[in-house]
Amino acid sequence: MDTLLLSRLQFAITAAFHFIFVPLTLGLSILIAYMETKYLRTGDKDYLRMAKFWGRLFIINFALGVVTGITMEFQFGMNWAEYSRYVGDIFGSPLAIEATVAFFLESTFLGVWIFGWNRISPKMHALSIWLVALATNLSALWILIANGWMQNPVGYVINNGRAEMVDFWAVVTNPYGLLKFGHTVLSGWVVAGFFVLGVSAYHILRKNETEFFKKSFKIGVIFALVSSILVAGIGDFHAKEVAATQPTKLAAMESLWETTKDAPMYLLLIPDQKNERNSVEAIGIPSMLSILAGQKEVRGLKDFPPSERPPVTLTFISFRLMVGLGFLFILLSLWALVKSKRIENSTTLLRILLWSIPLPYIAAQLGWIVAEVGRQPWIVYGLLKTSDAISKSVEPSQVLASLIGFTLFYGALGVIDIYLLAKYARKGPQPKEV
Amino acid sequence: MEFQVIWFILWGLLWAVYFALDGFDFGAGILYPFIAKNEMDKRAVIHAIGPVWNGNEVWLITAGGATFAAFPTTYAYMFSYLYTPLLIILFALILRGVAVEFRPKAPTEAQKKLWDAGILIGSFIPALLFGVAFGNIFMGLRFDESGYYGTLFSLLNPYGLLVGLLFLFSFIVHGGLWVSLRVPNSLAEKALSRAKKFWYPQLICAILFLILTAFYTRLYDNFIKYPIWFFVPTLAVVFLLLTGVMIRKNKKGKAFICSALFIITLVFSGVIGLYPNLIPSAIDPKYSFTIFNSSSSPYTLKIMTIVVIIFVPIVLFYQAWTYKTFMYKITEKELKEENY
Repeated sequence: MDTLLLSRLQFAITAAFHFIFVPLTLGLSILIAYMETKYLRTGDKDYLRMAKFWGRLFIINFALGVVTGITMEFQFGMNWAEYSRYVGDIFGSPLAIEATVAFFLESTFLGVWIFGWNRISPKMHALSIWLVALATNLSALWILIANGWMQNPVGYVINNGRAEMVDFWAVVTNPYGLLKFGHTVLSGWVVAGFFVLGVSAYHILRKNETEFFKKSFKIGVIFALVSSILVAGIGDFHAKEVAATQPTKLAAMESLWETTKDAPMYLLLIPDQKNERNSVEAIGIPSMLSILAGQKEVRGLKDFPPSERPPVTLTFISFRLMVGLGFLFILLSLWALVKSKRIENSTTLLRILLWSIPLPYIAAQLGWIVAEVGRQPWIVYGLLKTSDAISKSVEPSQVLASLIGFTLFYGALGVIDIYLLAKYARKGPQPKEV
Repeated sequence: MEFQVIWFILWGLLWAVYFALDGFDFGAGILYPFIAKNEMDKRAVIHAIGPVWNGNEVWLITAGGATFAAFPTTYAYMFSYLYTPLLIILFALILRGVAVEFRPKAPTEAQKKLWDAGILIGSFIPALLFGVAFGNIFMGLRFDESGYYGTLFSLLNPYGLLVGLLFLFSFIVHGGLWVSLRVPNSLAEKALSRAKKFWYPQLICAILFLILTAFYTRLYDNFIKYPIWFFVPTLAVVFLLLTGVMIRKNKKGKAFICSALFIITLVFSGVIGLYPNLIPSAIDPKYSFTIFNSSSSPYTLKIMTIVVIIFVPIVLFYQAWTYKTFMYKITEKELKEENY
């Protein structure tokens, strides 16, 4: 195997692993901040216990999110030196701004929140978790502005053999990046909503601290429902933006080979990339694809040379599954909302919710597969190929060693983290003070 | 002043602040298994760095991000040339972070032991290797227009190792002082006595560094050209000596501040010597990555300067507030009730 393939595998593994922990952080921080504020407003100690219980799970999850994030920053230079040299003038800025504006705030005030219970005023303490929540989501904004630029490069000229920024405002307000920010952050909120629902369901089923977990459930269900609806809504706008800026990705998402007017959407479809066709196309909804893409005529993959097409089957299946899961989240959270008053009686629903905890995580991963695999063979769409972005001075043996290292190390850390999360989630909150 | 020069100073500043802050976390982590022999002591040392280590580490992320944004060519080649050593540092930093966070939550003794080892290894390796890396950057890396010729082992040369040891001992002293400020008394005495002990090898390494730098590097060229800048390494020497004096006088707070200022002036001494290089080529200076041939466009540097001028003071302000909030002596009672 060559450096390119190994580096791509390593980036995929380390990015996917990092994004197991990020989404929960995005949403759960807001819920904890809400709980602690509710405690301050009402004086109801249950909300304090709630902030502490969910806060402990937050911290366990956060630890791995942070440490695996450093890998992402280092890797651009280590494995993708030509990319870094070529785009650093633009891409480096949002990363540096993320660290300066958001990550400092997040890390510093999380430390304050964890260790500050008896050291600062209750108001200041609640403010610190709000700052964590704000900073976490702000952090996502800058990272997705950076990623948005890879998807739809704007505000640059090619100069001195590299891309140079000429319009910072265009980079920051890149519609692709902003839509992706909304879509990604909301997907994290869905993860958090279903996490709270699932863990609460576990305890309600066991009649452990029922009142406490019903209160948590109520907060979780509204958050999950609103986020599920919004993530789908923004997803729709996002798809239209993809259609306008990345025709090859959209065609791969829908496995559309021929440029088609009033393109239909087939509910049942099996792509056949080798023969540039679909082996199965059935149950078509007339014009549906054109409507979703916001284009009368949707361009097919055959409009582009094979060397500029992404892997179709993986992109297509990931997209379909993600969308399917997205609808499922709306239905599930709607069902949970309807039953939430007497949720302890709906044991089937509770069981479903418990087993649904992993689903939004999977949907988020699938979304990233669509975004990153669907962009191939480009690392910066239309501008720089992934194969030209690699570090020339790094030997395949070095990357093989680091890839094995990451796989083993991350694997072990993942097991430990999930074990700790499950342990403390099962343990439940601290008993009420008498 | 040109933006490249401003960013060179900022680049040095970010690294200097990073080492002055995370340096004591590393030192505390290295001393941890040697001074904390029972559960309460162990909790105390972890608690001493617990509220701040993560915020300290962000200075590294920012230093990396700033290198990427301001000097992308340097970032690209520094990180890919130093692939394996950076990977080892990265793994160690991951291990340290996870160990510090998970140790208090580990349910069994066996797991606690595992994280204890993680804290030690994860603190020791970056402390040493960051020094080795900077030592090699001071010397220059072996590269020309067609690539890099060094290996992991060629980095472990006598001068690189000397700078590694200088960093290591400096961080141990720094960490010992920080711990002595925060933990209950008997443990604080132990930490202080370690700081006292490790100050000697720190001093020896610093003297050797001053001498051998003349033989192994070109850092002195700038100082000879502009002798006014000798005040920075002179200050470093003064702060190092003052650290020792204050330790002996049992003035822990002042000793800690002097130790921090020593680290900052030490890093700046190196950075001044490097100017205008970011990574000199040991093969021929014409291949060196300098702040002029590896920087971003003036437009990008201007934007980034504005961001930094606004936000870094804000960060310094709230981090200072955090330090003020947590700069108290942890009590036994607090440790017993501890429940993350």
